[in-house]
Amino acid sequence: MSKGLPETRTDTAMSELVPEPRPKPAVPMKPVGINPNLLGYIGIDTIIEQMRKKTMKTGFDFNIMVVGQSGLGKSTLVNTLFKSQVSRKASSWNREEKIPKTVEIKAIGHVIEEGGVKMKLTVIDTPGFGDQINNENCWEPIEKYINEQYEKFLKEEVNIARKKRIPDTRVHCCLYFISPTGHSVPLEWWQWLSGGGHGGSDTPPPLGPSLRPLDLEFMKHLSKVVNIIPVIAKADTMTLEEKSEFKQRVRKELEVNGIEFYPQKEFDEDLEDKTENDKIRQESMPFAVVGSDKEYQVNGKRVLGRKTPWGIIEVENLNHCEFALLRDFVIRTHLQDLKEVTHNIHYETYRAKRLNDNGGLPPGEGLLGTVLPPVPATPCPTAE
Amino acid sequence: MQGGRRGGLQGSAAERPTTEVARRAGTLLAGEGSGALNPPPRRTPLPRGWAIEERSGLEQQRRGPSLAPPPAGLGCAQSVTLSLCRRSSAVSCALAPVAAVPVAALADAGTMAATDIARQVGEGCRTVPLAGHVGFDSLPDQLVNKSVSQGFCFNILCVGETGLGKSTLMDTLFNTKFEGEPATHTQPGVQLRSNTYDLQESNVGLKLTIVSTVGFGDQINKEDSYKPIVEFIDAQFEAYLQEELKIRRVLHTYHDSRIHACLYFIAPTGHSLKSLDLVTMKKLDSKVNIIPIIAKSDAISKSELTKFKIKITSELVSNGVQIYQFPTDDESVAEINGTMNAHLPFAVIGSTEELKIGNKMMKARQYPWGTVQVENEAHCDFVKLREMLIRVNMEDLREQTHSRHYELYRRCKLEEMGFKDTDPDSKPFSLQETYEAKRNEFLGELQKKEEEMRQMFVQRVKEKEAELKEAEKELHEKFDRLKKLHQDEKKKLEDKKKSLDDEVNAFKQRKTAAELLQSQGSQAGGSQTLKRDKEKKNFF
Repeated sequence: MSKGLPETRTDTAMSELVPEPRPKPAVPMKPVGINPNLLGYIGIDTIIEQMRKKTMKTGFDFNIMVVGQSGLGKSTLVNTLFKSQVSRKASSWNREEKIPKTVEIKAIGHVIEEGGVKMKLTVIDTPGFGDQINNENCWEPIEKYINEQYEKFLKEEVNIARKKRIPDTRVHCCLYFISPTGHSVPLEWWQWLSGGGHGGSDTPPPLGPSLRPLDLEFMKHLSKVVNIIPVIAKADTMTLEEKSEFKQRVRKELEVNGIEFYPQKEFDEDLEDKTENDKIRQESMPFAVVGSDKEYQVNGKRVLGRKTPWGIIEVENLNHCEFALLRDFVIRTHLQDLKEVTHNIHYETYRAKRLNDNGGLPPGEGLLGTVLPPVPATPCPTAE
Repeated sequence: MQGGRRGGLQGSAAERPTTEVARRAGTLLAGEGSGALNPPPRRTPLPRGWAIEERSGLEQQRRGPSLAPPPAGLGCAQSVTLSLCRRSSAVSCALAPVAAVPVAALADAGTMAATDIARQVGEGCRTVPLAGHVGFDSLPDQLVNKSVSQGFCFNILCVGETGLGKSTLMDTLFNTKFEGEPATHTQPGVQLRSNTYDLQESNVGLKLTIVSTVGFGDQINKEDSYKPIVEFIDAQFEAYLQEELKIRRVLHTYHDSRIHACLYFIAPTGHSLKSLDLVTMKKLDSKVNIIPIIAKSDAISKSELTKFKIKITSELVSNGVQIYQFPTDDESVAEINGTMNAHLPFAVIGSTEELKIGNKMMKARQYPWGTVQVENEAHCDFVKLREMLIRVNMEDLREQTHSRHYELYRRCKLEEMGFKDTDPDSKPFSLQETYEAKRNEFLGELQKKEEEMRQMFVQRVKEKEAELKEAEKELHEKFDRLKKLHQDEKKKLEDKKKSLDDEVNAFKQRKTAAELLQSQGSQAGGSQTLKRDKEKKNFF
């Protein structure tokens, strides 16, 4: 994604070639396609290589949170995503362990490495979400946890003698698992009931599976503080038609309720991003996935899949489920963007709110002369 | 040290930088093609601190160096991974992905931990092996792509006396003609001239800012010459600090104007540094990365040059001036940076004129006794400077500016304002308390001022009121007096009128009496006496 700068000042008036100095062994390789003997080569583009080396040396942090009712296959999916045992499955819990009474937050960190790139991956699990009889406000512990991470970062950033690299524990991405069998009463039904919509006919609009009220509430509260990626779990219970219908319904409901999931429309930077993201938003999301960590033999290859009496569901086969799309989206193309949106937008919103809560000094006025108030006991009201 | 296992080395992916180490490893383990493993006939000594580990399957990589004797009798099927690790400080090493026989499930060979990750690992995270290709190794590319789309910025400050060729050198370095006229020697004080340019090369855009001193070293009294420069640098830090402390800030699109590199131009006297140079460099070394260069070095001969360089470096060291050292902790550039560090200060020549030498056009300067080629390493160090400044260390210069110089400035500035960090335990709170205290103080002062003003206002009002009241009173009195006066006069007048009336009445009576008398007198003179008596009686 390179932007062409309007002003080019590289002087092309000079004519012939200048001999390149003899290459030193450690000079990073120039990008492919550029003739190094080009006249007037300064070497500015080597900064890409320099930057890449530096970032590889320091390594990356990534924190992913999984939220959903128990039994939806969250841990399996995360293990499949990162092809390693990063999350402990619920079935491996001790039978005597009680179901948690409130939502717990468990963060487990692992260091994984690939191709010279070291990543500290933290998987934040939320057992107990949506499992009680009364689930009111079960998103509050989660919201509190997210805000606590922002607070930690803010405190470190505000320090006078601060660390060179502030440890980043902020949640970059939240995968929200939607059960494929949920029901709620959609808006059009109420409209029909009050005599308004659906063409004024006598038959009520069809009630198909859609988002539960809990899903809507959670996403409404949390889409403002963290990047939410809704995921339809256990997609092997739906046929293709049911799947596309369900997806459409979910998208519509999210839109009607004003829930902006990642990638958010307002943060598209340029036209290229916008078209790319529009395509993802309107066609692929939410991804209907199947997770598995068992391998089976299919057509002579070993693939990850689920074995059923009527066939083997291949996890990485795009015809079977959209796991590969989700993986590519989250890891291979948008990983950095997830981190950046978290840092540049969600964190900044939190910070502005925190610093503003201290007496109504006008925004834009510096921190010097203002106060960092003590952390409120209840979660910070989300910025509207 | 043990010799390496013989095994076929698969060629490393094209994009990995090849380094000395990898090459050495390659020679050590010259593949035997098919992969038949024989114990090496002779032990090739490995350099100190190198060890070769073996790993099969999904075993976790062992941390730290260890000498593993190659077990005998390893079959072809065993996959061997090579990881070369250095005993001393953590460094990212060359990658040598290896498979004698390709094994599908084996992840790529890893590098050793960088210090940051190692520390985190020590904090309780375990390394988990991957069972396949996940794909996050594209993360640096994603990061780089984003940076490329945003563009980079780089700011150079050129400090040096007038006429040392600063502008020409910049033109030569960046292959463009930057605007600007040469300065005169009659400047009253030192000023800084800053210009920003947008350069583009392949798909990378660079916002380059060049700041030059104007009039440096031209005054008679040069005591304060360094001050404008220091103030300028501080001003850039201050602007960044202000932006960082704002409540609503946009740091990721902020145009960073902090100076990343300072090229200090030393006059080619051939003897030693001038005292102005020493003083200025001493003031600047804690604020910016200083790279001293000898300007117009075609004025010095080779032998004089070596002596000059030695003199300069020894003077800098003895005066404790910290010039920028090219970093030697990264494996791939350690060697070149190390050698370059020994060549500081660079002796450069700048020229934008092109002359035909041989059959090529080159940048050069023509003298009657010969031609000095700018890009000839035997003639001057220009190529070295360009290499170091742009092609190898630009990112490091930017990072040093941000993490060292800027942090130092920020710390000093905040401490100056009275904010303190105490010990780690109360770290989150002490700052709050200080902020709270400051804020309360500030508010209290505000309130006090308000009170004072209010009181003053009230007082003034009272005074005015009193004044007015008095005036009113006076007026009333006056009015009363006038009224009284008026009444008195009225009374007087009435009295007069009354007396006048009385007189008139009396006169009238006398008149009638006189008339009557006259008429009676004419009638009877006799009754006159009676009448006279009567009148007398009446009269009395």
